[in-house]
Amino acid sequence: MPLLEVSNLTTHIRTRRGVVRAVDDVSFTLEAGETLGLVGESGCGKSMTGLSLMGLLPPGGAVVGDSSVLLDGRELVGLPDRELRRVRGNDIAMVFQDPMTSLDPTKTIGHQVAESVLLHRGCTRAEATERAAEVLGLVGLPHPRERLKDYPHQLSGGLRQRVLIAMALANEPRVLIADEPTTALDVTIQAQILALLADLRTRLGMAMILITHDMGVTAGHTDRVNVMYAGRIAESTGTDRLFRGMRHPYTQSLLASVPRLDQDPSVQLPTIPGRPPDLTAPPGGCRFAERCRYATDRCRTEEPQLTGADDHRYACWHPTSGPLPAGTTAAVPRPDGPSPSPSPSSADRPLLEARDLVREFPVHGNRLPGRARRVVHALSGVSLELGPGETFGLVGESGCGKTTLGRLLVGLDRPDTGTVTLDGTDLGRLRGRELRERRRDLQMMFQDPYSSLDPRMRVGSILREPLQIQGIGTARQQKARVAELLTEVGLPERGAELYPHEFSGGQRQRIGLARALALTPKLIVADEPVSALDVSVRAQVLNLMNRLQAAHGLSYVVISHDLAVVRYLADRIGVMYLGRMVEVGSADDIQLRAAHPYTAGLLKAVPVPDPELERAKRGTGISGELPSPVDPPSGCRFRTRCPLARERCAEEQPVMRAFGPEHTAACHFPLSTPLADAAAGRLNGGGVPGSAGGR
Amino acid sequence: MSTLEPIEPLEPLEPLDLPQPVDAPTVPRGSGRLWAEAFVRNRRALVGLGMVAVIAAFCFIGPLLYRTDQVTVQLDLADLPPGSGNPLGTDASGYDVLGRLMEGGRSSLELGFAVALTTTVIGTLYGAVAGYLGGIVDAVMMRVIDTFLAIPGIVLLLIMVSVFTPTLWGIILLLSLLSWLGAARLVRGEVLSLRTREFVQAARMMGGTGGRIVLRHLVPNAAGVIIVSGTFTIADSILTLSALSFLGLGLPPPHADWGTMLSAGLNSLYDGYWWLVYPPAAILIVTVVAFNLIGDAVHDALDVRLQRP
Repeated sequence: MPLLEVSNLTTHIRTRRGVVRAVDDVSFTLEAGETLGLVGESGCGKSMTGLSLMGLLPPGGAVVGDSSVLLDGRELVGLPDRELRRVRGNDIAMVFQDPMTSLDPTKTIGHQVAESVLLHRGCTRAEATERAAEVLGLVGLPHPRERLKDYPHQLSGGLRQRVLIAMALANEPRVLIADEPTTALDVTIQAQILALLADLRTRLGMAMILITHDMGVTAGHTDRVNVMYAGRIAESTGTDRLFRGMRHPYTQSLLASVPRLDQDPSVQLPTIPGRPPDLTAPPGGCRFAERCRYATDRCRTEEPQLTGADDHRYACWHPTSGPLPAGTTAAVPRPDGPSPSPSPSSADRPLLEARDLVREFPVHGNRLPGRARRVVHALSGVSLELGPGETFGLVGESGCGKTTLGRLLVGLDRPDTGTVTLDGTDLGRLRGRELRERRRDLQMMFQDPYSSLDPRMRVGSILREPLQIQGIGTARQQKARVAELLTEVGLPERGAELYPHEFSGGQRQRIGLARALALTPKLIVADEPVSALDVSVRAQVLNLMNRLQAAHGLSYVVISHDLAVVRYLADRIGVMYLGRMVEVGSADDIQLRAAHPYTAGLLKAVPVPDPELERAKRGTGISGELPSPVDPPSGCRFRTRCPLARERCAEEQPVMRAFGPEHTAACHFPLSTPLADAAAGRLNGGGVPGSAGGR
Repeated sequence: MSTLEPIEPLEPLEPLDLPQPVDAPTVPRGSGRLWAEAFVRNRRALVGLGMVAVIAAFCFIGPLLYRTDQVTVQLDLADLPPGSGNPLGTDASGYDVLGRLMEGGRSSLELGFAVALTTTVIGTLYGAVAGYLGGIVDAVMMRVIDTFLAIPGIVLLLIMVSVFTPTLWGIILLLSLLSWLGAARLVRGEVLSLRTREFVQAARMMGGTGGRIVLRHLVPNAAGVIIVSGTFTIADSILTLSALSFLGLGLPPPHADWGTMLSAGLNSLYDGYWWLVYPPAAILIVTVVAFNLIGDAVHDALDVRLQRP
């Protein structure tokens, strides 16, 4: 008998707009010790499925119909709340997405972990605290006993997520539901947390339901997968089979639209047009029909049921066989710019040049008299140049200074020392009116499509505003230009009359891009342009960015924590670590010939949607967490997490050395031989690579 | 002024579905209308609004239909109980109480709205500028407010009105001086969070000046708290005026207002002249409750507006 047997689970949520059928007739089973993935776009019902199992639905939500959730043969649906409470946190536990909001900031972590033990075990507080220390150690919190009295704000995001996991595990639940447990975390920390979950699952013999939108995470950390779409299961099978021989077109499109590290950047990403249906009134036929490339009349009228063998079921009238063939994607080449990505060396003069940028922010609060003022070293001497029509990608963990650098480049902030030069003009010298006019050439595309557009302005006014500010054109010309811009980003002209909240996230991001384009800038800095978007929409925005670059000869600086996104867009990539640039090179240099151990570790941490590759690299990522930028390590800042670090790394700050024509890295013991050493080695007839001093 | 460079037309993108407006596509559902819908859906708001409308009609249109002499003292008509000719009786000076309620309500409402308007304008601009500029400017501007707040308002009012002969506009000015502080603090708080939003940075990226950002982006987005604070200010000022009048320091005759009526009526309460106390007390309570209902409703409607679609 399976540990958890869910059949015909249907969840309705009453809202003012009507009843949302958030989960519709979902059935699956979960065996002890296995991990089941629930994947899909946002709004597909995967989180609601998890919450329904826990009986933690939002107000207005209810499990209805002949839904049944059997845990070890015991029916949970319809259980009185008192008994359900005994199951919750004891037999079934949940790990939530956001470690920043899931912990009570006014209680110590020891108290919070002990609380769930106290609730379920009927033991004394001392015993509960003892148990709390034990599980905190189990989840890899260093010195758990000393940290019991810590408050959540004293811990980093990764450690908080470990505390959350500890809370869930305190009573040794039989089923752990992890709802996007790593979405709010950096890739390096994500890899650590996922490895921890996998390890705990085997050690404690739990079953796990992993809810995620990330196909890479799914590939590496699940045994079986349920792909959900519009509240229903679209396809259900073993992980390997899903990635190699999926039958549902939705799975196929979802997988194809994820940019991969080994993606050929010269072809467009396939996209899924449209958006998921409104669940207050789901369409009559197949729910995916509207967005499906294979849809026929039958799909639109008749709803397919899950069919197929027990180990591979799918709901589709026209099942496909396996991933999209490469031919279909290659047929759409990525448009090329007017002058295909000139490298900075070949260009006469770089468009943008940043020299030795330093930016430090004072730490607020407890400044004791007599103590030196403490500062956050956000940027400590970063330089880069960018040619016209080129795309420069910036990657690194959060807190590495990439957003600060982006703000300096567009003049939203000024460096403490160092210069930013655009077309020969030093931005730091410009003031007032001159600076405002110069802004025309520099635009920014923001991360959050919900906060980047003024909610009280119509889209037409939003797009006209830059023209009005810069005094370009008459009112009539401006209106015409708004229409042009909307057409250019693929939105109908009617959109000008609507307000931002009437658009989806992806459409809003298009509006943001249109606004940045309004002044025909030379450079657009895109700060995490797609990280707030669903995978299927990501591809659309990435393709659009490429298209516009080709059409207007734009330069981009793309800031992202997602190496695959940067790899897809960028000609050259800069890897940042704790306020320093550690490696710069062409996209291929970085991906295939990484010289800095940090780059290599970062590459390894990126989840790849390929089960075999993903499983092979488990536990090989970067360990530890980013040190405090208030007090960065001496010498090489990466040394505290570097597997190759030696004494010299603490004493001496490494300088940038060349590894190729446009490939440089700052490391004492790089993974490949610097050009100068290689030349010297040839002259001297040998030499130990990497041990020779670079200076 | 430079001209626009034409953009070369590109091949069409894959079609994108726009949200289909539920009603006629020519009338886009704006945030304003959504907001109005939420407001209407809220019963309290409608009740409050209805009550304010009735009171305003009573005070401004009433005297046109029901003419009374509120200037000449007629002692022979003093302290008449409600009856024919005087539906709510007369007071010690022989003024008709119903007519006097209308007269008094006019100055109360005028004062309330005038104070709300001035405090909102001053408070909003002050708070928005302080919040937007931040840093030292903000610190100095806020300390100014703290200093003003340290002065006990009612004492200052009492001193001022006992030294100078109060006029309606004088009291409006005084009350405004005292109550813009709260509005300024509220707006500053709101702007502090709004200014970190990306659309404000986007406006800076376009070369927008500080003034434009404050007026075009920050103030409209803080409109909710501004309206809420405005409606509460109306109620508060009406109450304060009544309190001053009750203490005998309100508007001098021939001005009438509810507070003066109340305090005069209290002296006669032991004589059994109930019609001199209950009517002004009731209308005062109803008015203040009405404005508070509206304020609450706007506050709730605002929460709805903040929800993502």
